[in-house]
Amino acid sequence: MALAGGLVVILLFAVSVFAPWIAPCDPNQINLQKVLMPPSADHLFGTDQLGRDVLSRMIWGARISLKVGFVATGIAILIGTLLGAVSGYYGRWIDTIIMRFVDIMLCFPAFFLILAVVALLEPSIWNIMLIIGLTGWMGITRLVRADFISLKERDFVSAARAIGAGDLRIIFVHVLPNAMASVLVAATLGVAGAILTESALSFLGIGVQPPTPSWGNILTAGKDNIDIAWWLSLYPGMAILITVLGYNLLGEGIRDSLDPRLRGS
Amino acid sequence: MIPLLFGITIICFVVMHLAPGSPTDLETQLNPRASADYRERLRAMYDLDKPMHEQYILWIGKLVTLDLGMSFSQDRRPVADKIFERIPITIAINVISMILIMAIAIPIGVLSAVYRDSLFDKITSVFVFVGFAIPTFWLALLLMILFGVHLGWLPISGIRSLNFEYLPPGTAFLDLIKHLILPVLLSAFGGLAGLSRYMRSNMLEVIRQDYIMTARAKGLSERVVIYKHALRNALLPVITILGLSIPGLIGGSVIFETIFAIPGMGQLFYMSVMSRDYPLVMGILFIGAVLTLLGNLFADVSYALADPRIRVS
Repeated sequence: MALAGGLVVILLFAVSVFAPWIAPCDPNQINLQKVLMPPSADHLFGTDQLGRDVLSRMIWGARISLKVGFVATGIAILIGTLLGAVSGYYGRWIDTIIMRFVDIMLCFPAFFLILAVVALLEPSIWNIMLIIGLTGWMGITRLVRADFISLKERDFVSAARAIGAGDLRIIFVHVLPNAMASVLVAATLGVAGAILTESALSFLGIGVQPPTPSWGNILTAGKDNIDIAWWLSLYPGMAILITVLGYNLLGEGIRDSLDPRLRGS
Repeated sequence: MIPLLFGITIICFVVMHLAPGSPTDLETQLNPRASADYRERLRAMYDLDKPMHEQYILWIGKLVTLDLGMSFSQDRRPVADKIFERIPITIAINVISMILIMAIAIPIGVLSAVYRDSLFDKITSVFVFVGFAIPTFWLALLLMILFGVHLGWLPISGIRSLNFEYLPPGTAFLDLIKHLILPVLLSAFGGLAGLSRYMRSNMLEVIRQDYIMTARAKGLSERVVIYKHALRNALLPVITILGLSIPGLIGGSVIFETIFAIPGMGQLFYMSVMSRDYPLVMGILFIGAVLTLLGNLFADVSYALADPRIRVS
């Protein structure tokens, strides 16, 4: 199953890298003579309310999803790992402050916080990535902290300290690599989550703005034409489902192979 | 509890001041007759002319009396009024879907743990994986197309029909239910996968414990062992999980209420975001966080009541 997930992920990478060559049409080519055409040989997934080819827009949309997924998760990982490492390694009052901050952030319904910030800033793809990243680091902080608390008591840390390694060196060179396993799993699952959030935001019209194609904003057109154009609703959602499923399966696969104790649970 | 509440106010305040420019710009920029003097008066009205820490203290002072300011929208009503008249429907939908989640997910989780690796377990595993990955707003769209457009069984927007006022009470109630079926089911769907998987691994963990072996060893029937001894212990952590799922449910209400045009807090939030009604956005952000906090507190208290080990310590 993890293999299937990995395959989906690789396939998506390929699609987004080669989007200009794969896409049968220009994703922004408006053709008012072919508005809302059902799927046919010319347009496999039909056309949208401006006569644009849905398949081509979905292929370019894969790029957006991937970009948002990776950048947002990157930001979350960076913040989460740093805070978690500092919190777990130093403990005491630093730990108390950071963990309290995590608790406070977790009180906010994530979607509320994201929407509130979007209301203040302009909804652009960069802001979306930033906001999804800035509101998604808390889980990773807790994971890394827990790893650090157990790892810092080990002998290899004492040994490193004995030969005169400083705190920074111990954190980044000795302990962090040992905590990367759980971070990697969280990152894989995080990409899936970020893609889901982005599509929901774009669907509500406050994410990626048209004419830039994203799976979420094609679905908005699907909702507007719900009684006549089912294909606008069906295919982009399938793409999201398959993508998220792929990342989740891959993440679970990585977790199982890194930690055999969890296998099958 | 109190430090968390304090932290929530700070985050809300910081988010509010993230905005480039002043919140009153929206009003003055659209109004060509707004003079510099008017702008100043407006700024003074929202206390924006004072230093940050003073603004914060003034804001907290108002917050304590639940004065969340006035909405920027045409009606100029107090933010608190606008929110509180919409909270009941949101909470009602979330409570019903939470009950649904428990009623469906717990049996699924328990059965798939007891009959591990059976066909039922495999089918529900697939369901759980798909459930995790499916964008619920998309599922909502598909169900709207199926039940609303093609079959015409269920209405797809609002919480009552246009002629609601003229319907006899029984029919009116049925009308309300028909409007709420899809939103409630979909809102519950999001939590189903998580809880059933959690319940399954919990149950698997409990079945391995020594006291289960003891129960079997003293000759109790399998039914009593599973449904009395194991189930009660596996159910405990579910309380915490339900508490943790509150922010997700409240956050998700934005999507459902917007899609189905339900006049609740989520839809109000969406509209306030779209119209940049800052006092309303901040008010709902704050209330949403407080609701989450209360939900978690409730979960902690119920856990302590349910688990004697915690009560003692």
